[in-house]
Amino acid sequence: MTSEPEDTALVDNPLEVLTEAGLTRPPTPLDRVRTVLHRYPALSPAVVLVLSMIVFGLLNERFLSTANLSLVVQQVAVIGALAIGQTLIVLTAGIDLSVGAAMILSTLVAAGVASEQGWPGPLALLAALIVGIATGVINGVLVTRLNLPPFIVTLGTLNVFGAIALLYSSGATVRGIEMPELLTWTGKSFDIAGAQITWGVVLMISLYVVVAFALSQTSWGRHVYAVGDDAESARLSGIHVTRVILSVYVTAGALFAAAGWILMGRVNAASPNAGVDANLDSITAVVIGGTSLFGGRGALWGSLIGALIVGVFRNGLSLAGLDVLYQTLAVGVLVIIAVSVDQWIRKVRA
Amino acid sequence: MSTPILEARGLVKTFGHVVGLAGVDLELHAGEVLAIIGDNGAGKSTLIKCLSGAYTPDAGEILVEGRPVEFHRPDDARKAGIETVYQNLAVSPALDIASNLFLGREQRLPGLRGSVLRMLDKKGMRDQARQQVEDLGITTLQSMTQAVENLSGGQRQAVAVARAAAFGSKVVILDEPTAALGVRESAQVLQLVRDLRDQGMPVILISHDMPQVFEVADRIQVQRLGRRAAVITPETHTPQEAVAIMTGAMVVA
Repeated sequence: MTSEPEDTALVDNPLEVLTEAGLTRPPTPLDRVRTVLHRYPALSPAVVLVLSMIVFGLLNERFLSTANLSLVVQQVAVIGALAIGQTLIVLTAGIDLSVGAAMILSTLVAAGVASEQGWPGPLALLAALIVGIATGVINGVLVTRLNLPPFIVTLGTLNVFGAIALLYSSGATVRGIEMPELLTWTGKSFDIAGAQITWGVVLMISLYVVVAFALSQTSWGRHVYAVGDDAESARLSGIHVTRVILSVYVTAGALFAAAGWILMGRVNAASPNAGVDANLDSITAVVIGGTSLFGGRGALWGSLIGALIVGVFRNGLSLAGLDVLYQTLAVGVLVIIAVSVDQWIRKVRA
Repeated sequence: MSTPILEARGLVKTFGHVVGLAGVDLELHAGEVLAIIGDNGAGKSTLIKCLSGAYTPDAGEILVEGRPVEFHRPDDARKAGIETVYQNLAVSPALDIASNLFLGREQRLPGLRGSVLRMLDKKGMRDQARQQVEDLGITTLQSMTQAVENLSGGQRQAVAVARAAAFGSKVVILDEPTAALGVRESAQVLQLVRDLRDQGMPVILISHDMPQVFEVADRIQVQRLGRRAAVITPETHTPQEAVAIMTGAMVVA
């Protein structure tokens, strides 16, 4: 499906490198590394993931057990799903601080209409999806029509969605047994060769496959990159920039509702207090995954790898017996390293 | 005289109290290079943006092959066959050359993969891009999968021109194509302009560079204070006279 272009040889192995002064010089080995990283943005996070797994495996033999690894995957399912929508938005040079609040709001509405009004499971899920899409429409319209910076828009809607969620639920948690089984179905698991795989993980991976396909194989995906790369150039090329950005926020809103479904299965409840760290964690996953906050550059799979890296560090450090604060510290250092590497890669001149 | 390929009559465009265009006419005929010169604020860029659909004029009309057209967005002008290479190079740096050539008009695969899955025909577009670059005699672009940000200024300009000349366009507008280029690269771009004309493509060239204008243009339209001050040719006037018309020191009937 993704056939490699036949004439990449010269691109991956440039004969000369353009210097800052506009002169050319032969590439150093470091230039070659940078060129490859520039071409495959998910490569550096993939290397970090493999190395960290090896290190944590050496520190504690239980780390690489099938049971533990499947636990790590389950733990990152929610952030991994949120990171899909976040990646789309970051690719357009935006950022969404309201992802967690949008997700919680959609879960509380689903759980509320099901437990209070007695809506059947599929209808409650549909309600959650509509709420998710509505949050995307609100963010998207504010960003495109009022031309407000996404950071400010979503900082505002973070509070708005969060407050509506608390008002709607009166701050109360709806337990799993009070809901139709479908709402927590994503927490059910099946066994593959000793690994416990939840349906939530399957759902998350399916969403990655679908969105990665759309990003890499369709005009829409190419337009998302072009808009984030240089919006004015994209407009002059005949791309409907506002329409593309709006479609990204709406799609992301639907994905946040899907992440909410996974969350309800994971915690077996719908709670206004669940996933409070989800906003920043999803951005962390995207950034560690090699997507540039300046837009137009990155690969969706990198965000899954980014989410996995965070999961592996948290799990590995806790198995190594370190205090939970060291996990947070490690994640913070990772983010700064990832952004520094991105800055360095962006300077490439092949 | 035959019907102009592109004609503008009495174009007016104001920005608040600032008058960009105060009733400008323009005729472009088949197989010619029409240069537009003028001082800063003479309305060159505003005129081009009206012709390319980036601005909608307040009054006046634009005709393509004698038929009146209305442009509300760059896409409208492109559909009418008017392709523009902008001063700031409307290329997407992170995308490769082939993707840039087809940006905004991607081709999908035939059959269900294209119609249902909406899959792009990446190989087809790459092959056509290579063909287009070869047809134009551009030798500076080797690999269609190279990201545009890795190219030099002249190479980027070549990408933008190749893009503009492709896809059955009727008119190519170049806005200051050599402003950011060195001597050798400028010469390459001028050669490209001549090649386009020799293939029958009419070109509008906006430039500050007087020797360059007198080198390639067939006719020269001089803009002054939002109006067309004169239309001259390199044969009938000297560059000094052109500058005199630009600055208002000389008036041509």
